[in-house]
Amino acid sequence: MMGRLPFLLALLVLAVVEQTWPALAEHPAECRVAENLIEANFPLPQVARALAAKKLHVLVLGAGSSLLPGASGAKDAYPARLQHALAEMLPGFEVTVTADVKARRTAVEMVKALPPDLAAAKPALVVWQTGTVDAMQAIDLDQFSQALDRGINIARSAGADVVFINPQYSPRTESMIALGTYAENMRWVALQQEVPLFDRFSIMKLWADLGTFDFYSATKKLDMAERVHDCIGRLLADLVIEATKPSEPHAEGGR
Amino acid sequence: MVPVITERDLRLDLFRGLALWLIFLDHIPSNAVSWITIRNYGFSDATEIFVFISGYTAAFVYGRAMQARGFVVATARVLKRAWQIYVAHVFLFAIYLAEIAYVSHSFDNPLFTEEMGVLDFMKNPDVTILQALLLKFKPVNMDVLPLYIVLLLWFAPILWLLLRAPSLALVFSAGLYTLMWLFEWNFDAYPSGTWAFNPYAWQLLFVFGAWCALGGAQRLARWINSPVVIGLAAVYLLFAFSIAMTWYFPRLGAYVPKFVGEAIYPIDKTNLDVLRILHFLSLAVITVWFVPRDWPALKSRVFWPAIVCGQHSLGIFCLGVFLSFAGHFVFTEVSNRVLTHVIVSISGIAIMVAAAALISWYRIIERQGPGPRPPTAKPGYSGGDA
Repeated sequence: MMGRLPFLLALLVLAVVEQTWPALAEHPAECRVAENLIEANFPLPQVARALAAKKLHVLVLGAGSSLLPGASGAKDAYPARLQHALAEMLPGFEVTVTADVKARRTAVEMVKALPPDLAAAKPALVVWQTGTVDAMQAIDLDQFSQALDRGINIARSAGADVVFINPQYSPRTESMIALGTYAENMRWVALQQEVPLFDRFSIMKLWADLGTFDFYSATKKLDMAERVHDCIGRLLADLVIEATKPSEPHAEGGR
Repeated sequence: MVPVITERDLRLDLFRGLALWLIFLDHIPSNAVSWITIRNYGFSDATEIFVFISGYTAAFVYGRAMQARGFVVATARVLKRAWQIYVAHVFLFAIYLAEIAYVSHSFDNPLFTEEMGVLDFMKNPDVTILQALLLKFKPVNMDVLPLYIVLLLWFAPILWLLLRAPSLALVFSAGLYTLMWLFEWNFDAYPSGTWAFNPYAWQLLFVFGAWCALGGAQRLARWINSPVVIGLAAVYLLFAFSIAMTWYFPRLGAYVPKFVGEAIYPIDKTNLDVLRILHFLSLAVITVWFVPRDWPALKSRVFWPAIVCGQHSLGIFCLGVFLSFAGHFVFTEVSNRVLTHVIVSISGIAIMVAAAALISWYRIIERQGPGPRPPTAKPGYSGGDA
């Protein structure tokens, strides 16, 4: 609750500063309620360079919460929705999103997969979703932070920017998975390494608080999961475009 | 020099009771009411208070036993206490299993397939339950009692040393803390990682509490009451408060110089970061300044609910963990509105107080024995646990 006011203020500031960059797409209302949690606090120079050349290759590196089950799972999960949203916002650009997502992977395991992924996809941006499995397995926190640092360095030396995605807000399992310290470490590494963080946890928490989505309901149906992933893909695309705006978003850090 | 053991200090029961309430509030995930707890306004939290006071009261109770009845009897009592805590921990684990088993059968949602994997350990209970009995597998928020058990297992020899050479015991404890940082000692956990509360680190607060109980507090009195120390403590609390604010208002983070951030983060709870110790000590200094030992209000009705909880800390702690499970269950199954959070939090504390009052009452009855006898002095403030 306490965190809302600054976001609203930021939104106001953003609204006042007129931009001439690709306009952010119109999203469904359920996605839009979380728009003010999207904070592009660090620039993405490699993405900006790629956009200048009218192309954008993105690699999504993730674990189980980047997946949806079922026949159309790959098409409806957020990596594919990200590609869709980016293509909509960047007409005439060559946009591809490659996904290396496998359930139950820790940060350390994903770092191992990163070099071959980078060599194959040659992305300008690595979207890295992690933290959940590390928290579930109670991986040593130093080991976790070091893996994050290593992953960022590997991606950067391959000429790619990095965006972090933190764990999902999952109320049913909240008393069983201690996400807190892992999310905190992730936030800290992101700040230190100047990597934008897509705060999926806070976004989903806001949706839960506002009643936008009901994360408590027990169901085998995919409809809510698909809508959530669609919103995440769209908001993620907003973050990426926002972070490459020529207005040098980093300067806004001092507000 | 033989340390002086003085009368039981009601402030200990008061603040341990308050710490138990805060731990209960913090243990309910996403509890809207938990914004009032101290962990949101600085580096340390209720765990430090609980461990310090537990060390203090353990020395108070078992120190007397060791002086009066000797090393062997006192050791036997300490170990009996450790056993009680172990049984309590296993009992809580059984409740936790019940909750997990329920959730795994009643909840399914494709959005949370990954998260539901946390229940996979139910598939091989042979290993998991054994590891839980060995205190290696510890579910979320069930780390404090295993720490307490380990601290008590070490306690008899430490107490022996504290009674003979208190300063030496404290130096030994600080040395162990330093070695832990140098060599990264910790206990192994299952399935991976280490204990969330490193006993090599947290023993320092426990032993420091014990040291204070055995005359250390009197020796420190001159320092604690000096305006310089109180001023430094206030400045440090203010600093910690400002840093804590940047956690909730990330834009304030821009005002934190980079070198400060690099120096303080990450603030390590597992290994009891020095910043956390300093924060706890500052809190203690300020508290002692505001609340003198003979403050008459300590015997008033206003503080009785917290004091009575603090006097029966083990039972009330376990009840608090159980109630936090139950509270989260209410949030997920019944309603997740802020009003529900408030009602659950208040009723939880009320249940803790009622249970503590019941234990007190039962103790008095027990002491009175079979026949009619005049009641012991000061009902409600007598006795109390280690």
